[in-house]
Amino acid sequence: MELFPLYNSLRIAAISAVIVFFLGIAAAYYIAKTPRVIKGILDVVFTLPLVLPPTVVGYLLLLVLGPKRAVGLYFLDTFDIRLTMQWWSAIFAVTVVVFPLMYRTARGAFERFDENLADAGRTLGLSNTYIFWRIRLPYCKQGIIAGVVLSFARALGEYGATSMIAGYTPGKTATISTAVYQLWRTGNDELALKWVLINIAISAVVLLCVNLLERPQRRRG
Amino acid sequence: MLYVDIEKRLDRYTLKAKFTCDKASLALFGASGAGKSMTLKCIAGIATPDRGVIQLNGTTLFDSEKHIDLPPQKRHVGYLFQDYALFPNMTVQGNIEAGMHRLPKRERRQKAQELIAQFHLDGLEKRRPETLSGGEKQRAALARIIASSPEVLLLDEPFASLDTLLKLELIPSVRAIIEHFGRETILVSHDIDEVRQLCETVVPIADGVTKESENTENYYRILKNRYQNLK
Repeated sequence: MELFPLYNSLRIAAISAVIVFFLGIAAAYYIAKTPRVIKGILDVVFTLPLVLPPTVVGYLLLLVLGPKRAVGLYFLDTFDIRLTMQWWSAIFAVTVVVFPLMYRTARGAFERFDENLADAGRTLGLSNTYIFWRIRLPYCKQGIIAGVVLSFARALGEYGATSMIAGYTPGKTATISTAVYQLWRTGNDELALKWVLINIAISAVVLLCVNLLERPQRRRG
Repeated sequence: MLYVDIEKRLDRYTLKAKFTCDKASLALFGASGAGKSMTLKCIAGIATPDRGVIQLNGTTLFDSEKHIDLPPQKRHVGYLFQDYALFPNMTVQGNIEAGMHRLPKRERRQKAQELIAQFHLDGLEKRRPETLSGGEKQRAALARIIASSPEVLLLDEPFASLDTLLKLELIPSVRAIIEHFGRETILVSHDIDEVRQLCETVVPIADGVTKESENTENYYRILKNRYQNLK
């Protein structure tokens, strides 16, 4: 059994989870500081990929990154790099689809933060950077870790946008989810079932991790 | 010397606080929601007044006309929060050292050790705030503030979250800390007994407006005459 789809899915999910970790936290942190109207608009934009069909996200991404479109053409002309149909093209798709999960969990965690702690830090002369990394993030640690793991789990399962932007090339862009579809479509039910079981096993383990992380919600004194 | 003359529009009233505190402890005394805490927040730079001036020992912390508004980090103000606001992810020692993170590590350690002894926190250095009693939290928070070498102490209802017995026990130790500190201290309180034990001067505040400062005992007599049933 060719294990490339497993390896490819894991690296795409891992890289996307790292990207989304920083983007989601930054978005959640800065949105709290924006004026109300802008906040409302941004929140809708940031959450939209969660409710849009992944095929719509894929279509929109192709509008920008496709080889004949603005950004895609630029990269093709200047760097001779094609942004679609590479294994890493899926990272664009997965990052966009998964971003709302990280953003919303991080925002929820930040909203529970006790702002008095930040104010106390300021009066003690601590810089805003120190307060963010040493007080705010540790305080919201559980929510943020849960968000990353959840994002990773969702990233593993992304199909719609990935298949549109990275396609299915065995040994090159195939992921577990695209492999399952192709194997089923070509009548290779046996192998498809194997991948289905692998996928269920990985996702179950990841969700178990999320639950273990969320359980010990210690009381904050 | 701390000089405050500020105005800030709030939901229910406009805060108008004006007073001077000179090398002693002064109490802002008034009912809950009278604007006491907001006044402290303006002094600390956590909240911004609409108008006015705040000066501390010759430094202008805030001046609306000159567009001066120093960030809290540069005001050298020690603020004791009602719930003490100890950092839950740090130990007692970590909390105390956080206020001196610019000092070299060895110096910081040593100063923290001194403060731990001075504030009777021995044996609690490695504990997290959530495992401390109310009184211990208060001492840890005060030690952390003193560690940051403030020029003025702002105590926001320091006994509000403690029960009466513990409060009676802790007032003398807080008085000792204020005396040892020896500089301007502002206490915010709605409890006249507390004020009598900690401050010689009182500035009454009602619906956001401060009155002339008074000697605490004189003010207490006036209150007592006004409300005969006050014990």
